[in-house]
Amino acid sequence: MTVIVDYGVGNLFSLSCSLNAIGEEVLISSDPQVIEGAERIILPGVGAFSDAMEKLRASGVVQALTRAAKRGVPILGICLGMQLLFEKSFEYGEHEGLGWIEGEVAPIPAKGLKIPHMGWNSLSFGEKKHPLFAALQEGDHVYFVHSYAGVNCDKYVIARTEYGGPVTAAVANGNVLGCQFHPEKSGEIGLCILKTFCSFKEGDL
Amino acid sequence: MITKRIIPCLDVRNGQVVKGTNFVGLKEIASPVELAKAYSKSGADELVFYDITASSDGRDLFTDVLTQTAKNVFIPLTVGGGIRTLKDFDRVLKAGADKVSVNSGAIADPSLIAKAAKVYGDQCVVLSVDVKRVNGQYRVFAKGGREDTGLDALDWIKRGVESGAGEIVLNSIDTDGVKKGFDLEMLAAVCEITSVPVIASGGAGCIEDFITLFKRLPKVDAGLAASIFHYGEVSIAELKQEMLKNAIPARIVKE
Repeated sequence: MTVIVDYGVGNLFSLSCSLNAIGEEVLISSDPQVIEGAERIILPGVGAFSDAMEKLRASGVVQALTRAAKRGVPILGICLGMQLLFEKSFEYGEHEGLGWIEGEVAPIPAKGLKIPHMGWNSLSFGEKKHPLFAALQEGDHVYFVHSYAGVNCDKYVIARTEYGGPVTAAVANGNVLGCQFHPEKSGEIGLCILKTFCSFKEGDL
Repeated sequence: MITKRIIPCLDVRNGQVVKGTNFVGLKEIASPVELAKAYSKSGADELVFYDITASSDGRDLFTDVLTQTAKNVFIPLTVGGGIRTLKDFDRVLKAGADKVSVNSGAIADPSLIAKAAKVYGDQCVVLSVDVKRVNGQYRVFAKGGREDTGLDALDWIKRGVESGAGEIVLNSIDTDGVKKGFDLEMLAAVCEITSVPVIASGGAGCIEDFITLFKRLPKVDAGLAASIFHYGEVSIAELKQEMLKNAIPARIVKE
């Protein structure tokens, strides 16, 4: 069973629909105890970084997530949920994140291109493909909607996309994973990624 | 590279898909959920659902259709039609929409765009504009293209983007349903003044119309159409292959 962290940010309906579609049981919860004891955790998020961090802290979810992360529970941050994994973000000021991925979140430096980076873009995995993308091929398309992205995080990057230069598309640090794109909105390819994530167990990564 | 999006639009009335010519003469076609599934399989990059019912029964049916679609189709869903308040945003987002398109509702209350963008983010607010040439001016029409608002379309779009609209759907009433191609002149004028993604709507009759659109106007991000997809006149899979042949970035779905 996968727990989707509900901290009042973003639309959890599509995410739970997509997990149901691949046969995964889902529990949407804001209860720190439930989150800490989860088999797998997805941290979603749409909106502003500082609001999201504030809500996570206020609800005691940060400690629960931290303990689960230390225990080796697979955790997947999606979109803003991925950005929260970083040390800090420069979205409307400077804000501290969870700090599990060394690096920062900064505006996409897409000179002359439209912001947000919205639409389907291709993934490249570099030399070694992370197990999360085992079922994917170089160049597969996924759906992005974002104006900020992870930077100075080279050693954690497991997928990049191209938008006026390379843009961080996914990161991993052991059992902590993050996708900048929305797998739940990326058609069959996205479902494949979620299915792979849901095959991971505590201590696998 | 980011791809050009192909977006089928489903006008839904009483739980059924309809499509008219120049906004009149509606004809019922098929189950929206089945159609949405088929489009997703053939490579549609996004779907737009317009609620064109007036009654509250019809509205409930629409919300059900949306939820059933969200449970079965995993690409972005935009919803429009009858969006007048933040409550309407809330209703369709909870039912499975990812983006919400405002048109007449924003004309009646322009502050709706800013209010919605603040709560749900710019990326969630799509400004849909029905435009027709009147005395050499691009004029905004409301109420499904029936009412001339007197607003200048370029001014209105600029205002909308400043207020927080994250995307523009430009529907040319002059070319809608005519199937002679997109309104390139009008689209070029809009692309000139905006920094957010622009979706071309109205006038596509064949694959070549999309190729011309993306080749002539590289700033256009997506092409939207309805009846040519519904009646099978244009297959999305074939359209995507043709885009690739013409060096237009496109996402291909493997069977």
